[in-house]
Amino acid sequence: MAEIRVENLRKQFGDFAAVEDSTFTVNDGEFLALLGPSGCGKTTTLRMIAGLELPTSGRILLGGEDVTFNRASARDIAFVFQLFALYPHMNVRRNIGFPLLSQGVPKAEIKTRVEETARLLQIGHILDRSVSGLAGGDRQRVALGRAIVRRPKCFLMDEPLGTLDAEFREVMVHELRELHNRIHATTVYVTHDQHEAMAMADKIAVMNHGVIEQYGTPQEIYARPASMYVADFIGSPPMNFLRFHSGLETGATSVTVGEVAVRVPQVHAVREPGELALGVRPEHVRFSDAAPLRGSVYGSEYLGTNQIVSVETAQGLVKARVPAEQSFAIGENVGLELDHDRLSLFDCASGKAVPSSLTAEARHG
Amino acid sequence: MSNATSAHSVVEPSATTKRIAGIIVVLYAIVTMVPLAWIFMTSFKSPPDSISYPPKLVFTPTLEGYCNLFTTRTRQTPEYIQSLGPPQSTCDEITRSRNMVIAGPSNYWPRFTNSMVIAFGSTFLAVFLGTLAAYGFSRFRVPLADDLLFFILSTRMMPPIAVAIPIYLMYRELGLSDTALGMILLYTAVNVSLAVWLLKGFIDEIPREYEEAAMIDGYTRLQAFRKVVLPQATTGIAATAIFCLIFAWNEYAFAVLLTSGSAQTAPPFIPTIIGEGGMDWPAVAAGTTIFLVPILVFTILLRKQLLRGITFGAVRK
Repeated sequence: MAEIRVENLRKQFGDFAAVEDSTFTVNDGEFLALLGPSGCGKTTTLRMIAGLELPTSGRILLGGEDVTFNRASARDIAFVFQLFALYPHMNVRRNIGFPLLSQGVPKAEIKTRVEETARLLQIGHILDRSVSGLAGGDRQRVALGRAIVRRPKCFLMDEPLGTLDAEFREVMVHELRELHNRIHATTVYVTHDQHEAMAMADKIAVMNHGVIEQYGTPQEIYARPASMYVADFIGSPPMNFLRFHSGLETGATSVTVGEVAVRVPQVHAVREPGELALGVRPEHVRFSDAAPLRGSVYGSEYLGTNQIVSVETAQGLVKARVPAEQSFAIGENVGLELDHDRLSLFDCASGKAVPSSLTAEARHG
Repeated sequence: MSNATSAHSVVEPSATTKRIAGIIVVLYAIVTMVPLAWIFMTSFKSPPDSISYPPKLVFTPTLEGYCNLFTTRTRQTPEYIQSLGPPQSTCDEITRSRNMVIAGPSNYWPRFTNSMVIAFGSTFLAVFLGTLAAYGFSRFRVPLADDLLFFILSTRMMPPIAVAIPIYLMYRELGLSDTALGMILLYTAVNVSLAVWLLKGFIDEIPREYEEAAMIDGYTRLQAFRKVVLPQATTGIAATAIFCLIFAWNEYAFAVLLTSGSAQTAPPFIPTIIGEGGMDWPAVAAGTTIFLVPILVFTILLRKQLLRGITFGAVRK
């Protein structure tokens, strides 16, 4: 196992920059999820780490060794493809043993290691089956088996659960994390599904238009989004934005949204008057008759343990996650109380978070 | 299928449709088989039977056509033939009954062997080169790939006879006329365009992820090509090989122009039998029948691949 370092990585396809100036480190044994919508450059980044694509500029280090221009076959990494890419002309056993064969491992040892791997993944009973008849989950396990059988420096996975149905995907998310806990392999996992990323990863890199918008633990990314893009991409429903026009002074602890003063985490920067947005997660909104910030109930979505209530305010629609027992009439005038220490402030022009005591926690915590 | 009586499937043809389709196929098969059956029957007829009108469907089979195909004969007086003693073989006997003796073997076997060497040699080369070229076109960003593919195909756009004279002159200069090597090169050149186009389609269908997986599993691109792409392209390769072989095997125009002696193939040779001692149709038919065998065997051996190859796009990956 080894650490992966990516430095100023850039990939240009003609005029289109697929990946721009990516720099991040995946520590030894860590599970990183590259998260973003399709076309954001996450798969290209992964393919460059794998050696299936050469970067336009930048460096890739595996365990301290510069492998930027090494062949894929010389990097000692494993890759799990979205469509698994199991060799259709080989049975399960030969598929899993194929990477060992290239290393000249003796036949007897291949046999033991393949069987060991199959036991770990609980696919021992299908070893002599043809891969074409396998169910999605078994294909997935065979693909994983082929990846872990030779104990590579790291695992790269490109949306490996993308083709599985929803029910099975949850099982596999659990299995993948279990597997990671057991073998502690440095893993880079590409997905567009925030739930997969949140559930499995130690670190998440949120990508958009070839740029890493934020790199951090799932908790950091959820609680202290670095940009409006991240705030909007993570969470379902995503973070609410209350847009208002104002300037900011260092040390300010409240902002005026519309006519209402709202307490916020202490601001650590100066902003000329302009468009700002107050970001609040649905679970940090409570209903309170006394609250000065008011709106009218627009609709609600019942989710069993709780419900999402949409409230129309002068600053836009706010979704609140509240207990399922509360009942509201459509059009009812309600007061909204926000958890002031959990609020984010964004500069609408740049889309970036305004430094505050909340974001400072991220740097020091 | 099982509920054919109660439910009407939209995609499954009905029993009547299938029956009609079956009848059409059988009729078509009969029509295409008639010339083959005719030739096969003629090869076992005696020369008088072969030209009788109306054609005889019932006749006494004889090997005379085959004997004449494989031998050259000289006419002798009955007294001389009498003095020879008992005939050595069936052919000897048949020949003597026509007041002739066998003078030696004919050129049919050498010509047939030439055909085998040239057709299989050029097919192998065309498929080999075609597979590599198709792989290159399919997987790499080749500059002007579309134009190159068009140029490759354009070699098949004119009839062979249009380029026959320049090729004849070139071959004479190069010392390639009437050589097996010359014919192999020529047929390879003609077939390689077909091979590239057919195989590119097949290789395009093989997902790149397989090679990428193999390269990550520690193999070089060439090893990945050999161990992962080739096994999956066998269907396409087999189909392409059959098409190339059929062309090279049956080719007549270039063969008649560029070969006359040692490298002559069977197609230009067979008609020359007609000239030797009258219209020997049974011998011509025998030559044609034997000529059909290798292609028939090859096609039957590869028929599974051929069928899968032709219906490739319809098979779910």
